[in-house]
Amino acid sequence: MQAKKFIPLLAFVVLAGLLFRGLSIDPSELPAARLGQPFPEFSQPELSTGREVSVEALAVRPALVNVWATWCYSCRVEHPYLIALAQQGVPIYGLNYKDDSAKAREWLTQLGDPYQLNIADVEGSVGLDLGVYGAPETYVLDADGVIAHRHVGVLSEEVFQRDFSPWFSLGASLSEIHGEVGVE
Amino acid sequence: MIPELGHVSLIIAFVLAIGLAAVPMWGALRRDIAAMNTAPSLAVGVTVFVGIAFALLAVSFLQDDFSVAVVAANSNSLLPPIFKFSAVWGNHEGSLLLWVLILSGWMTAVAYFSRGLPLVMVARVLSVMGMVAVGFLAFSLLTSNPFERLLPNTPLDGNDLNPLLQDPGLIIHPPLLYMGYVGLSVPFAFAIAALMGGRLDASWARWSRPWTNVAWGFLSLGIMLGSWWAYYELGWGGWWFWDPVENASFMPWLMGAALVHSLAVTEKRGVFRSWTVLLAIFAFSLSLLGTFLVRSGVLTSVHAFAADPERGLFILIFLALVVGGSLLLYALRAPSVASRVAYGAVSRESLLMVNNLVFIVSTVVVLLGTLFPLIMDAFSLGKYSVGPPYFNAVFVPLMALLMPFMAVGPLSRWREDSARRWLHELLVPGLGVMVVAALLGLLGKAAFNIWIAMAVLLSGWVALGVIKDGWRRLSSGMTSGLQWRRLSPSFLGMALAHLGFAGVVLGAVVVTQESEEHDLRMALGDSELLGAYRFELQSLGQQAGPNYLADQAVFEVSRNGEPIAILVPEKRRYFASGQIMTEAAIDASLWRDLYIALGEPIGDNAWAVRLQYKPMVRWLWLGSLMIGFGALVTVFDRRYRSQAVRNPVPQTGAKAVAS
Repeated sequence: MQAKKFIPLLAFVVLAGLLFRGLSIDPSELPAARLGQPFPEFSQPELSTGREVSVEALAVRPALVNVWATWCYSCRVEHPYLIALAQQGVPIYGLNYKDDSAKAREWLTQLGDPYQLNIADVEGSVGLDLGVYGAPETYVLDADGVIAHRHVGVLSEEVFQRDFSPWFSLGASLSEIHGEVGVE
Repeated sequence: MIPELGHVSLIIAFVLAIGLAAVPMWGALRRDIAAMNTAPSLAVGVTVFVGIAFALLAVSFLQDDFSVAVVAANSNSLLPPIFKFSAVWGNHEGSLLLWVLILSGWMTAVAYFSRGLPLVMVARVLSVMGMVAVGFLAFSLLTSNPFERLLPNTPLDGNDLNPLLQDPGLIIHPPLLYMGYVGLSVPFAFAIAALMGGRLDASWARWSRPWTNVAWGFLSLGIMLGSWWAYYELGWGGWWFWDPVENASFMPWLMGAALVHSLAVTEKRGVFRSWTVLLAIFAFSLSLLGTFLVRSGVLTSVHAFAADPERGLFILIFLALVVGGSLLLYALRAPSVASRVAYGAVSRESLLMVNNLVFIVSTVVVLLGTLFPLIMDAFSLGKYSVGPPYFNAVFVPLMALLMPFMAVGPLSRWREDSARRWLHELLVPGLGVMVVAALLGLLGKAAFNIWIAMAVLLSGWVALGVIKDGWRRLSSGMTSGLQWRRLSPSFLGMALAHLGFAGVVLGAVVVTQESEEHDLRMALGDSELLGAYRFELQSLGQQAGPNYLADQAVFEVSRNGEPIAILVPEKRRYFASGQIMTEAAIDASLWRDLYIALGEPIGDNAWAVRLQYKPMVRWLWLGSLMIGFGALVTVFDRRYRSQAVRNPVPQTGAKAVAS
């Protein structure tokens, strides 16, 4: 019996420990520090117009902030649903995350544009402040501009009904929603 | 009633699997022949009852029994029957049942084809596979029962199968992939049986080698189909994404590639024995790890099944028992004496060692990339995602490193060879390939495309090695004329797989370097040029499918005024889910694909359209087909057929078998 023959076993024990730890963390969980905080300050160009926008530009609330990129193919799966949501009157702000802006504009031309505006976060600094894990992610910005919820992964009808209904009731028209909470 | 019968069958299969895991193993320990002899019948019994359960679940789908939860969640009365059938494995519960069905199919095959093997070996192998079956049947029964009913609130109609999965490619992709995944349990079981018996010799390698090749061949075909499906079904022409779920199937493939080659050395030369055993354990462990990653929700992916921590914990415990137990057995029982068979630094053994190292490093690299987000998260170092740039940056050079050795491998001699002989064999044709590569590099869009030149050089080099080896076999010998019989299935399989690999590399590089795409707005009657091809939007219309309504656009493609094809891309809206799917239209040929996908409608009679020209993209899948079939062809080699007759009495010691 040689000690070195135990190396594969030890390596596996470490891996199994890691996987066990992995089970207890929810990859879609927002770092606690971010929840209930205002959306981080930023100053970035808007994707289509190129003019600088800051957090004040996210004025229509409650709204979704959707993190997307052309390199993310789950985003492609999600995109038609975002368009459907926009058509039903849900305001959506895009955070175009670590992406080539030219490609992103092409994407919007081709697939349709559900966004009120898009923050072109080429370096990913807004994403970093926000604690983005990857694309796609969708945040709820409540009426006070506070991050109220985070969803990691593809947004679907099912997820929306289950987790997002406290902020958006789709039966109601846009004016009703904003009538109730008041647009600042 | 039918679902309940299915549930009962599954329970009977579970009980029989427990018997299979325990009785023959006990018999092998006590040398009790009667107990060992139960193994084949128990294996068949498990197969029959899992088969019944599977058939009854399929019947529930075909009869639209929406009182069964998985049917209600994944089918719909409007769904075409063929998709009702494939919907059986379009969900977590049903695909798990398919997993077990294929596992038991492999057990039955082992029982049938291994009748000539020593009884104790057969008993142990089947028993180990029985243990795996117990784990997965328990997983199915305890956490993922496919026969769960929705009573009394039975829905009137089902939610429909995810439209992405309503596709012929997806009917056969999972079964083929699972054939590969699960098939790796056979070499695993042989390795464990050999460790238990203390017999790691050439005959063990000869027994498990055809099984490994077949399983790995199926895995290659399954991965190929997945990539092909993604290409035409996701609607934007990508063919590999380094998604965690793709990686989950790719890691066992990489490890399997190492195992296939390492087994050759163990069979022919009796060396690398501990190493080969370890690879067999790793390959199957990676299959199990893949199952864990896909079904536990620790990593996010669009492919992933619904995340459920309880299921994750179950698989993790199972994984710990199987892999931990095997590696402990390895640590205790693997031969610690270095093999007495020597080989030189310049020899086929060394070349195959290089192969093994490259494939293992590649596996580790992919594993690290896949688990990196999890590692960082576990240590609270932040949340990360690892994308294609990482994988491409590390994986491409590793494959490039492999290929120079790949050409020499088939030509080299076992034990002791000389670099001078290699040079003599390959120098002149090698220079020829270099010239061709340099010329072809000039053909790309850019003035000189170094990547294409490199790919042609490396692929041509690999092909050269295969051709020279084939020629040497054909022309050498005492008599004049070509010796066709010298091209054994083993050689043909290897040749096919190596040529296929060269084809995949060439296709991957060319399609990455030379693809062209235009995103544009096209109205009725517009025509656009892409390279030499003219695309004209001739008409727009609507077409109703069985469970969807499609907008269609009819394009005529022509080149120099000659019409080539009529392409009809669609945008479908599925009734039940309201989901919108892009159906790309493709004109495929060996040298190029023309690919049209519809985006969004823009105004009256106009659409956003994506036109793509993809040169040599077919080579990816043709090459993968060759790899898969190459691996399958090797089993027809005579020496595997004769194994049943020969060797009724086990031989001991490392015995080199003449090729």
